[in-house]
Amino acid sequence: MSKIHITTKVNGEEVEFLADPRDTLLDCLRDQLELTGTKEGCSTGDCGACSVTVDGTLVCSCLMLGVEAQDKQIETIEGMAEDGELHPLQRKFIEHAALQCGFCTPGILVAAKALLAKNPDPNETEVRYWLAGNLCRCTGYDKIIRAVMDAAAEMRGAA
Amino acid sequence: MKYHCPKTFADAAQIAADATGVIRYLAGGTDVLVQMRAGMVTPDDMIDLKHIPGVKEIVQNADGSWTIGVAVAGAELGAHAGFCADYPGIVEGLELVGSTQVQGRATLTGNLCNGSPAADSVPAMIAAGAVAHVVGPNGARDVAVADIPVGPGKTSLTKGELISAFTIPARGAQGGDAYLRFTPRTEMDIAVVGCAVNLTLDGDRVASARVAMGAVAPTVIVMDQAADAIIGTTLDPQALDTMATIVSGAVKPISDKRGTAEFRTDIAGVLAKRAAKIAYDRAKGTK
Ligand SMILES: Cc1cc2nc3c(=O)[nH]c(=O)nc-3n(C[C@H](O)[C@H](O)[C@H](O)COP(=O)(O)OP(=O)(O)OC[C@H]3O[C@@H](n4cnc5c(N)ncnc54)[C@H](O)[C@@H]3O)c2cc1C
Ligand code: FES
Ligand code: FES
Repeated sequence: MSKIHITTKVNGEEVEFLADPRDTLLDCLRDQLELTGTKEGCSTGDCGACSVTVDGTLVCSCLMLGVEAQDKQIETIEGMAEDGELHPLQRKFIEHAALQCGFCTPGILVAAKALLAKNPDPNETEVRYWLAGNLCRCTGYDKIIRAVMDAAAEMRGAA
Repeated sequence: MKYHCPKTFADAAQIAADATGVIRYLAGGTDVLVQMRAGMVTPDDMIDLKHIPGVKEIVQNADGSWTIGVAVAGAELGAHAGFCADYPGIVEGLELVGSTQVQGRATLTGNLCNGSPAADSVPAMIAAGAVAHVVGPNGARDVAVADIPVGPGKTSLTKGELISAFTIPARGAQGGDAYLRFTPRTEMDIAVVGCAVNLTLDGDRVASARVAMGAVAPTVIVMDQAADAIIGTTLDPQALDTMATIVSGAVKPISDKRGTAEFRTDIAGVLAKRAAKIAYDRAKGTK
């Protein structure tokens, strides 16, 4: 099986890797680039633990081939904190205890960030629908929703 | 598996025609990658269509009709104000597919060609009279979307053929469509029954109508008799009841873990009535 050389941008940095055409973007991020913050829950698009953005669009990295990543701009959880400063969403997740085991958290943070980029002032229903593809077996979701709403409020105030 | 990035549909068709093993076209990949993961399909050739010019375009033609590229994802179609105003039913069908993440990738083309009888965007495409432009090793042809699915997982496309774009007729004045599905959950579920209605009005009366149902037969089906029951009426309760009775009498659902055949039969009529009312209100401009 011949591998394909891929050059792309992850969290603003140019990276290269060799992808087996069958590998998903998730496989490539975790196994080639050692960016293991992006999690694998189901590999069938159901859980959202593998959420990343590609050219600004929120996707499941388990539903995209690594070879499709050529010349894209990919953002993962590793790019969320800047210069050692947690993103407001990350801080609010800690404040509200919006996580327990934490397995779903990177995907939910990436998804929530994509929501706030599109809609800085979502209502609760909008947050719940946007995050419907991010499963959490621990928290019961309520604290997650509150943390996202609170982070959104803070970010609107700061802007 | 070999990964191909053709730059034209003719090249894509040639790669598919020359292939000796299993091929898959890659639009959004939200069906193909799941099937690969499950071991259901192991393509020898994967033909990514997203490098062909125009595949991401949504264009309104001079005559008012729409041309939709094969790689337009749900999130992109839903963000197009002009198309949403003309065909909210098609948009709501595609937007029901999966989560926000899946919406970032899933296409009308993949939904149709995957061949699921429960595919959510297909009934509204068929009700709208959408046409698929098909390219193959022997040239191009136009096929009604209604004639693409032939059974679960099966399409009428022959070896080497693929869809290059869809055309959806001009909306015209006083037209509206709607799609409704029944699912046990509000999100992330597969239709137990789906129903699309597309109609035009002449004053208060229905001038033309098409009714298409999903998940009640081996393919999405068109119900001409059900449409006939509302054409010429003002969609009064009696006309709606007649249509519902025809729909429930014509569906051929199976019983599975999502619902019994009896339940599907009943719900089919209920959804047809509700979808027809929404389409009517949209045509009137009251919704
Ligand atoms: C979590 C999850 C939830 C989902 N929920 C729903 C749902 O609620 N309702 C629903 O209907 N579906 C659902 N789906 C299924 C899937 O997302 C849809 O069917 C989607 O529209 C497929 O589009 P795609 O572009 O991703 O297809 P792809 O996976 O890229 O392709 C699907 C098929 O179409 C063929 N194909 C692609 N392009 C062409 C072309 N141009 N010409 C000929 N053949 C072509 C491919 O060879 C393949 O067989 C869900 C999937 C996931 C993972
Ligand atoms: S790992 Fe991708 S959605 Fe679950
Ligand atoms: S915190 Fe454990 S899955 Fe969400």
